[in-house]
Order: sequence, then C-alpha cells, then structure tokens
Amino acid sequence: MNYFPDEVLEHIFDFVTSQRDRNSVSQVCKPWYKIESSSRQKVFVGNCYAISPERVIERFPGLKSITLKGKPHFADFNLVPPDWGGFVYPWIEAFARNNMGLEELKLKRMIISDECLELISRSFANFKSLVLVSCEGFSTDGLAAIASNCSFLRELDLQENDVEDHRGHWLSCFPDTCTSLVSLNFACLKGDVNLAALERLVARSPNLRSLRLNHAVPLDILQKILMRAPHLVDLGVGSYVHDPDSETYNKLVTALQKCKSVRSLSGFLEAAPQCLSAFHLICPNLTSLNLSYAPGIHGTELRKLIRHCRKLQRLWILDCIGDEGLEVVASTCKDLQEIRVFPSDPFVGNAAVTEVGLVALSSGCPKLHSILYFCQQMTNAALITVAKNCPNFTRFRLCILDPTKPDAVTNQPLDEGFGAIVHSCKGLRRLSMSGRLTDKVFLYIGMYAEQLEMISIAFAGDTDKGMQYLLNGCKKLRKLEIRDCPFGNAALLMDVGKYETMRSLWMSSCNVTLGGCKSLAKKMPMLNVEIINETDQMDISADDRQKAEKMFLYRTLAGRRKDAPEFVWTL
Amino acid sequence: MEGGLGSLGGCGGSSGAATNDHTMSKVEVAEAEASSYPVEAELELGLSLGGGGGGGGGKGKANAWGERGRILIAKDFPSVVSQPQRPNNNNTSISPACVVGSVSGTKRAADSVSHEGGSPTAGSQVVGWPPIRAYRMNSLVNQAKAARSEEDKGIGEKDKSKDNLKKKICNGNKISAPGNEKGHLGFVKVNMDGIPIGRKVDLNAHACYGRLAQALEEMFFRSTTSLNSIGGEKQQVTKSSRLLDGSSEFVLTYEDKEGDWMLVGDVPWGMFLTSVKRLRIMRTSEVNGLAPRFQDRNEKQRIKPV
Repeated sequence: MNYFPDEVLEHIFDFVTSQRDRNSVSQVCKPWYKIESSSRQKVFVGNCYAISPERVIERFPGLKSITLKGKPHFADFNLVPPDWGGFVYPWIEAFARNNMGLEELKLKRMIISDECLELISRSFANFKSLVLVSCEGFSTDGLAAIASNCSFLRELDLQENDVEDHRGHWLSCFPDTCTSLVSLNFACLKGDVNLAALERLVARSPNLRSLRLNHAVPLDILQKILMRAPHLVDLGVGSYVHDPDSETYNKLVTALQKCKSVRSLSGFLEAAPQCLSAFHLICPNLTSLNLSYAPGIHGTELRKLIRHCRKLQRLWILDCIGDEGLEVVASTCKDLQEIRVFPSDPFVGNAAVTEVGLVALSSGCPKLHSILYFCQQMTNAALITVAKNCPNFTRFRLCILDPTKPDAVTNQPLDEGFGAIVHSCKGLRRLSMSGRLTDKVFLYIGMYAEQLEMISIAFAGDTDKGMQYLLNGCKKLRKLEIRDCPFGNAALLMDVGKYETMRSLWMSSCNVTLGGCKSLAKKMPMLNVEIINETDQMDISADDRQKAEKMFLYRTLAGRRKDAPEFVWTL
Repeated sequence: MEGGLGSLGGCGGSSGAATNDHTMSKVEVAEAEASSYPVEAELELGLSLGGGGGGGGGKGKANAWGERGRILIAKDFPSVVSQPQRPNNNNTSISPACVVGSVSGTKRAADSVSHEGGSPTAGSQVVGWPPIRAYRMNSLVNQAKAARSEEDKGIGEKDKSKDNLKKKICNGNKISAPGNEKGHLGFVKVNMDGIPIGRKVDLNAHACYGRLAQALEEMFFRSTTSLNSIGGEKQQVTKSSRLLDGSSEFVLTYEDKEGDWMLVGDVPWGMFLTSVKRLRIMRTSEVNGLAPRFQDRNEKQRIKPV
C-alpha cells in the first residue's frame, strides 16, 4: 500500500467514514496517519475538555464538521451545578482565528452564547448545519444571527434546549434568498413565532424534508404549511387543539393526503386526542413516532393510532399507554427496534406500566434492541423472560421509580434478572439499572458484559467488590457513572490505569474520600480529577477523610481546564 | 438513565392564610408571622459565605447567621397551599424534601431514600430521581399545571379567605388559552451576593412565593447542624418562611423580561412566572430603593442594583 500515491490512499480513506475506523487507519503507519489526518473532515470529540481546540485544528486542518460534548451525563438530572463548564466559545474562536472551513456543528450539553452564535454566523461562509442538543446560554437573538448570516444554511435543529425566548423575530431574519433549508426544528422554543414568516420560509424551501414546530404554531397554519411542503419526511406537529368539525380540520385532512413521504411524526404538544384520526392516513408509513410530549393522547385514541402503525421501528411514548397499550404495540409493530417509555407523572411516584408491558414487548417485537423503560415495578422472572426473547439488546435502560425496589413478587434483589440480560445480550453496549441490587449483579456484569461501553448505576451494591467486579470485567468500558452506592477508595484505586482507557468516571454520594481522590490524581497525571464542592464546608486543605460528594474524572491531553469555576477543584 | 429531576416542591402542609399586612413594619410582620406560621427556632441557619462570612465550616455559624437568615420579599400574596396529590412523606430525613429535587444538592441521597420499600412517593423525594432530563421534566410540570388550571375553574388568585387558601393551588399557568405563551421553563438561575456558586431553582416546583422563599433559604442558608436537628422530627407542617419577613440583610429580587430588576412578590405568582428570567438574592445595602408594593407596575420604582 505504500507504493500508492497519496491521492489514491486518500480516495480509499474517503470510504472509511466512522470515526473509530478512521482512528484505526491513522494508527497503521506514519504516512497513513498523515494522509488520514489531513483528509479527515468529520471529527467527534466526546469530551470537550479532553483535548484543546488548537490541537484538533493542527491535526485535522481539513475539518468541516465537528461534534462536541460538554457536561457529564448526570448534568441532565441536575446533579451538576450550573456554570460547571462546557463552554463552546473557545472552540469557535479558535476555528475562526484559524480560518477553518467549518460547515457543521453539533453540540450536546454545552453552553453557547448569543455572541458565539453570531461569531459562527459571520466566520464560516459555508456554514450549513447547526444541531444543539440539551444546550443553554443562548436566546432567540443568537438564532436570528444564524438565520440572517448563514446564506447556505441547511439545517437548524434545536433539541430540548433551554433557550431564552425574546419572541419570534428570528424566523423573519432568514433572507428571501435563503432557499436551502432541509431541516428546521424549533419545537423546544417557548415563545411565539412569526407565523407569516414561517409560511413564507417553507414556501421558498423546496428541499425542506424535516420540520418540527413548537406549540405556538396552530392547526390552521400547520395545514397551510403542509400544503406547501408535501414532500416532508419528518413532521413535528405543534399545537393540535381545534374543533374537529371545522373547515380547517377538513383542509388538514386534504393536506395530509398529499403528504405521502412522512415517515417520522412527533410533537402534539397540546393535543385534543379525538382529532387524531386525520393522522391515521400517514400512520401506515411511519417508521418513527414520538408522542412523549403529548400527555393528552392516551387511552383508546392512542391505541387506535398505534394499530395503524405497522411499520414502526422507533416509538417514544408516555407510560399512560399502560401495559395494555404496550400489548397493542407488541402485536402491531413487528418491526419495532427502539422503544422509550417515559413517566407521565413522576411526581406522584406512580408509573402506569409494569413488568407485564416489558415482557409483552419482548415477546412481540423480535427486532427490539434498544429500550428505555420507566416503570412501577419489575421482577426477576420478567427480566429473565425478556433476556430470552430478545438477545439482541444493545441498549437496555430500566428505571424503576422507586430506585431500591426489589422483585415485586419475591422481594429478592434483581441481580438474577439483570444477570440474565447481560448473559444473553452479548452485544450489550449500554446499561442502566435500578431496583434492589447487590454486589452479585456486578459480578455478573463483569463476567458477561464484554461489549459494555457505558453503565449507569444508582443505589446499588453492598461493598467495594461491586465496583471492582465492574472495572475488572468490562474491558470495553468507556463511561461509568455511579451515584449513591457504597463504593469507596479501595474500589476507586484498585486499577488506576483503567481510567486512561475510559472517557470518564462520575461518582457522587459514594464513599470515596478527598484523600482517595487526591491519591488518584497524583498517580495519574493524564487524568483531570475534579471535585465539585457545593457546600462551602469543604476546602482544599480539609481533612482528607472527608467524603468527596461529587467527583468527575476524565482523561485529557489538555491538562487542567482554565475555565473551572470556584467550586470545582482539579486535584 | 434518562434525564432527571427529582422532586417537586410543595410537600404538604398548609402554610396558613395570607396576611393582609401591608407595611414592612417589623413588629407587624413579626406578629403576622407568629400567627401564620409555626415557629421553628432550630432553623436559624448558619452559613459561611465564601470569604465574606469568614472561614470555612458551617458549624458554630448559626448564631452569626441568625440575624441574617432571612430574605426579604414582598409580603402580600397568597400563601402556599398543599398540593393534594403529594402526600407528605415522613420517611426521609431530609426535611425540606420539597426542595431536594430542584437543587443539585450535596445531600446524601442514600440517606434520604426510604428503604421501607414500596412507598410510592419515595422516588419523588430523591435528588435527580427519576432520571429524566430537566427539559422533559419541566414540560411535564407545565402540562400538568395547565391541566389543573382547567380543572380549578372559578378560583381567583386574589382570594384571601383562609379556608379557601388552604385547599387552593396556586397555579402559575392560569393563562393557558391556546396560543398564549406557555409557562416558563421551570429552572431559573439564582445567585446570591457573596456566594460564588450559582444555583438553579425549579419555579414550577413551587406553587407560590412562600414555597419558593423556603426553597431558596434551604438552598443558600443551610447548615449541617440545623439539618441534624430536623432529622428526627416530623416533617415540617409548615416551615416558617423567613423570606416573608421584615428585617434581613438580604432581599430577593428578579430580573424580568425587560431586563429590570424587581422585588419578588409584588405581582401575582402567575404573572411573576411568565416574566421572571432569573433571581438574585441581593444585599439590602446594595438595593437602591425597593419597589414599593401595591403600586401599578408602571409606576413602580425599579430597583437599581449597585
């Protein structure tokens, strides 16, 4: 292969698209490293603090697309104080300064300001795609800058962000010359939008295939939009409250009849369920349905809708569907691959689904490989059955609302059930567990879960052995997050080298002490060991025997970060 | 696990009638408080303000803090009422369990989780549990409140009758007509002068100012000693909310949509929810004229923080 000119190698490498594969390619030999690095266009950085932007730019000068992730996963559940970090500005500033031809930016759990959005819009002439997931720090003013200045924008996708809403003008900022939009998702915006501007935008975007509206877009506008965009593939309905006998409804039916391409449906943020029948027209072709923000849709209307969705592959739903409703899913959706069942009323602590629904899904849907299931209770027997029915799970996340609840029938821990899952599902990459769990379950996981990359644990285990089994056994472990488990320094320090093979470790409300963390930090200079200190009662010279309430460590080539707030200590 | 926010405010206990007190006179306020809320002397909380309060460690600070352990807030608004579907769970050793979920707290949640098993509300009182993304949690809360507001027809926010207040739910999303701006996303940032750590508080977890005030007090003014003293006790029926009182070194203020800083408590809770952007617990000495209550919003003097 060394006799081929570089261009040939580069051309061959073009076919290698996954980052992991490209990383492998680059390690074959120096020439391959050089060629691969100079030709790589898409870069994924799973932890924005693991490497500096300058270093990325230096290695990948041809970078056009970057994905960055910031805060630890448990930040989603308010376990990380705001202002912890995850600022994207330094990255954008570095890209701009180095004249990178950035075209695509995808961020998850990061902080991005309006200034930063404006900088993006002015610095990258070919900027095409902005995807923000669970981010914050910006307002609709920043979106206005993107809309105004990115002449070739194809994609603006906002998923579950906390956006300060200054009310609707940003949509009007798309110039009349902007006709390149393919995907627009503003479902998470809280405020009103300029509806006329929205209609006009849709009318001049012939390539629009994905559109997700927020609650402020009412039915009559939806109907008009659909008439202009019959080629939509992905639709997020906003507000869906109306009088079913009205002319608008009939127009909607007519419009939907023309939308033969819709494969993905979501939204229904405010929904009057009796009017869902209009959508029965498109159900037979749906492969993806997300009703997890539509508590208004339940009962018979929901089941009727599901019965039309024979081709469904992905379903996100609320638990008000009930075990019964899940049985309908199991008997209808034979192609189902992924399902997520969210709690509709987590406050009361009652979920409307149990192990019965889970078992039904596993027996009815042989292709099921990814599940997130919030439920009231679980049994070992059910999990064992599920493991037998569905050996193909790659992602298995189970959340019992009472986090330490044992087997609902036998009162035993759920060790055997989860043990069966990891034993049977040889391809399991991601696991979350809940319920009463002892060290035994970790023994099983260490023994069987050979492909496991990410695991989330809460209120589980008895002794340090639990965590030790895990660290010893799971060779491919990348992300480990633990809360409220009795694991201490012995487990933490058992194999310090392991953490360099992983992206990160989170431990909160466990038994690790400040001293243990300091010791680890000393032994492993390539790790940032961060302690989040919230109480003002601990200071750096405090007793090392004090427990470290929240510890987050990650491997890094960038050294300790310079933007850590006062309450974060890097040991 | 999927994202999550643990609990939601308003654990049980009625907090008594709103007072009709219109002045900021300490004496009157104290009296009103005495009649409205049970006094819980143990809750004079200590706090070491980073640097300013001197030294680390919360012990022994209780006395020093005692005089400062209150945040001023405009007094005249409907007081908190219990939220019927959340029975007060006495199993937890964390007394202000209602706050727990909205704080990225340091509490050892393991201690707080009831191991009695089967308690249906045990899950709702643990920080960050169930693991649901905050965004999703907020929209659930908003949607639940909208539904409740439709059920609670005919209840006016200005109703000051004691009996009604005990049962009423202060609903911040009464304006739930379609097309209106949906309720505010629950979490807003809270900063307190002198403390480097900002927090976030879930406004949707609190039905009104009283609860919010309590929550903020817990968040910023807690100490281990006071927590221990609460530990064994029956959960608070009504925690005396210092925020509603007179003298204090601190004032609770908020930034509204127009960027002005206002005194918290002047407007009806629902209106507050739709206009608040973030909160600040400000030193009284830094506030240039409190916005007087009961004036028209337009006439009100804006607070000018120094």
